Amino acid sequence: MVEITDLHKSFGNNVVLDGVSMNVEEAENMVVFGRSGTGKSVLLKCMIRLMEPDFGNILIQGKNVLKLDIKELNQLRKDIGFLFQSAALYDSMSVRENLEFPLVRNFNLDKKEIDERVNFVLEAVSLLEAIDKMPAELSGGMKKRIGLARSIITRPKLMLYDEPTTGLDPITAKEISSLIIELQHALKMTSIVVTHDLLCAKIIADRAIVLNDGKIVKEGNINELTSSEDPLLRNFFSDEIIDNNGSMK
Amino acid sequence: MIGGLASFSAKFFKEVFLPPYEVEQIRKHMIELGMKTLPIVGVTGFIIGLVIAMQLSPVLKRFGAEAFLPGSVGISIVRELGPVICALIFAGRVSSGIGAELGSMRVTEQIDAMEVSGVNPFRYLVVTRIFATTFILPILTVYVIFISLIGAYIAVVLVQNMTWAYYMDRVIFAVEFGDAIPGVSKTFVFGFIVGLVGAYKGYTAENGTEGVGKASTSAVVVSSLLILIFDMVLVKLSLWIWPVVK
Repeated sequence: MVEITDLHKSFGNNVVLDGVSMNVEEAENMVVFGRSGTGKSVLLKCMIRLMEPDFGNILIQGKNVLKLDIKELNQLRKDIGFLFQSAALYDSMSVRENLEFPLVRNFNLDKKEIDERVNFVLEAVSLLEAIDKMPAELSGGMKKRIGLARSIITRPKLMLYDEPTTGLDPITAKEISSLIIELQHALKMTSIVVTHDLLCAKIIADRAIVLNDGKIVKEGNINELTSSEDPLLRNFFSDEIIDNNGSMK
Repeated sequence: MIGGLASFSAKFFKEVFLPPYEVEQIRKHMIELGMKTLPIVGVTGFIIGLVIAMQLSPVLKRFGAEAFLPGSVGISIVRELGPVICALIFAGRVSSGIGAELGSMRVTEQIDAMEVSGVNPFRYLVVTRIFATTFILPILTVYVIFISLIGAYIAVVLVQNMTWAYYMDRVIFAVEFGDAIPGVSKTFVFGFIVGLVGAYKGYTAENGTEGVGKASTSAVVVSSLLILIFDMVLVKLSLWIWPVVK
């Protein structure tokens, strides 16, 4: 589904991605771990060409993303959902308009079908009552849910999540993580989740990689990573204090 | 910044002719920006008209030329004061607003979200706003000119016994085609500048909320400065096309 080879990205002298290579299989949930500033979000943004890498290759559904013209890229983007760290809801639009926006702009659907899809995704995130609210009236967790609903409304084959639980309290973070996995199973999507939230990763991940200094330093399932004797991983995971409920502080 | 504005402007002219044409967005922005600015430019225009007539009245009296007061006021309002004052107020109100709105969308990743969903954010957000400012400012200017003439009439009535009909007759007699056309035409350029600078500053904003504040402030400063510079150039150009002295 996704194949990244030797990806490099620098900002001036700051090397953010230094030869990253990874594969994600269809319907797999891949989690990308790493401390702040290790290039996790940059990796996601390069995958969807919000940032241009310096060199390397990114294949999604067999297409080299970096060689697509804007028309082909926008066509591919219809199959990709992206949940931003801040949810990125359009402030000037109501929840309904936020959800309708990608459908109205990109898909030739009639009003009835658009309404059905809007209702379906709002029910999926349990926020049907918020349909006519403005983003300013929503809490952080609600914004994340609506952001998630907007990302899946186009029925993407690949979902990219940028820190889906950042800024949320542990309970809401757990709810969002559970929601992600439920939707993933229901819609049979492939997911790449950038996070430093171990609980979120434990709920979601089939496989995980750890980024450090722009390189992948370890790959495997969550248990392998958390039990690793590698000093870097021990240091990284020991920074995460897990309480009795599995939530981190 | 000049290079950035030039390439932003070039991108605008490349995108503005390509479908889909965001007619509904343009209409929405024109109404919104026009309505938002209407009261403030109206009040300003009224006061400017009043003050310019009050200032000119004793000066013309000194030269025994009080009869030329309506004409003098009319020409100065139509040729220069109406368009420039309206454009400067519009820049203060609208350029900063566009800068803040797009800047906020940029730093909260809303523009990225639009791009990811396959929508061209430049065409949807920038082209529509620049188009709207370019075409709404001339309409506002005509309104300001009319309000200014009312303000000036009130000042004239205070010193001379003159009816509205006679006053307007004198104004229309004095103001020629070569005064009105360049006066209003240059506001298309001013409107373009206001939209362009505001959108450029907002669209390229960075560094969070601090960047949004900077984008908003510098949009007003740069657009006001560019309006005055282009005014100088356009006045020279209009005098060359429509010479005042025959």
